[in-house]
Amino acid sequence: MERTPPPLFRTGPSALTRLIIFVTLSIALLVADARFNYLSLIRQVSSVAVYPLQQLATTPKQVWTYFSDLFISQTSLRKNNLYLSAQNLILANAAQEAEALRIENVHLRALVDAREKSPIPSVVAEILYAARDPFSRKVMIDKGLQQDIVAGRPVVDHLGVIGQISQTYPWLSEVTLITDKGHLVPVLNVRTGARAVIAGTGDDSRLELRFVPLASDFQKGDRLVTSGIDGIYPQGIPVAEVMNVERNSAALFATVDCKPLAGVNTDIQVLVLGPLPSVPERPTTPTPSNPKKKKGGA
Amino acid sequence: MISSQTMAPQELLLPAKSGFILLTLFIALTLNLMPWPNWINWLLPDFVALLVLYWSIEAPRKMSFILAWCLGLMMDIANGSLFGQHALAYVILVYAGIAVHRRIQNFQIPAQLLHIAPLLLLTNCVVLLVRALADASYPGYSYFLSTLVGVALWPVIGFILKIPQRPRSDPSRA
Repeated sequence: MERTPPPLFRTGPSALTRLIIFVTLSIALLVADARFNYLSLIRQVSSVAVYPLQQLATTPKQVWTYFSDLFISQTSLRKNNLYLSAQNLILANAAQEAEALRIENVHLRALVDAREKSPIPSVVAEILYAARDPFSRKVMIDKGLQQDIVAGRPVVDHLGVIGQISQTYPWLSEVTLITDKGHLVPVLNVRTGARAVIAGTGDDSRLELRFVPLASDFQKGDRLVTSGIDGIYPQGIPVAEVMNVERNSAALFATVDCKPLAGVNTDIQVLVLGPLPSVPERPTTPTPSNPKKKKGGA
Repeated sequence: MISSQTMAPQELLLPAKSGFILLTLFIALTLNLMPWPNWINWLLPDFVALLVLYWSIEAPRKMSFILAWCLGLMMDIANGSLFGQHALAYVILVYAGIAVHRRIQNFQIPAQLLHIAPLLLLTNCVVLLVRALADASYPGYSYFLSTLVGVALWPVIGFILKIPQRPRSDPSRA
């Protein structure tokens, strides 16, 4: 136990002065980060210092997983094996169908002179830990700049989209989950083909569709897949299922609650998809012939 | 005037060693970065915040602002939160701890809890305000719940951290 000396003895600047200095510094950093996104490089450099600590912190979990894998029971292995061979049969059948469809597709595309879609390269990654920031939904994965991961890449699991790379470090990357508040994914209703934008709510089990007109056709149980029009997510990956549609005539838009399909907070292994093969360039200088008319029409 | 019952009997302790303080802060940081099951995750207190407050009360001359600030930045990098969010919170905690350390050291545990709970909640509110200004996100009431768990852990932390400072029995008498 110790006490600070009375102010009679000088011991450097007072606590209040120091508080003001460091609060100012913090606020400067916050503004630089939130408003101007200046700090990406500083984050990457300083993350090297934190990396050993992150490794140390995830060691107990890895040791635990190792030992629980080691002592897995015979019955559970057998059960797993049976399930997997059954699954394998189903998938093999599906793969054959898919192969036939692919060949047919190649022919049809050749007929209509469309460019053939090339497969998207991908990297398997493991989720290290979920970031403990109560304000956002993010996870850290064990692949980073060294494995050519670039910010903006979509991250999926075997069930659907889980998020998007938002920050890369030398050996780690940060994935912002689709449930993060304000995270947007353009989607397509499989049943009707209607396009919409789905947004995270900050709640792990709920997504919502934005700007859906009251008259639009969305029903409980509709499956939503990525529409691919953003050039980030490939087309047709499952995203969510509609849980509840509420049409209140007082509001401009319908409230459509959805449930994410992928194991957004239960996954261990995920797939980081590579860049999409081609995205048509954005038109650089849009020159509307008659802007006034357009304004009136909208 | 404070009645004698709320005053703790003065316990004579050795001063905490700087190395020990650093070690405990390091362990707290590791605990914070450890992957926990989801259901614990939103109950788990911020161990670094608790320890920063604890050491700025118990050893106000050894807990420096710059150390707390750097710890905060490390938390921000590891969590991908806004750069400076945790740093700001920890710096405020150090100041609050130094400001009240003379009073708190003399209190018994229940009275101590009544002092530190508002301090931790105030820090939470500052961070909440920063995030509200930055991207208007609100994490829900569970945000404050983890702080209350931290307050409940305070006596345990105090007990554990005082063990190495208790003077050993006089070796000349043994």
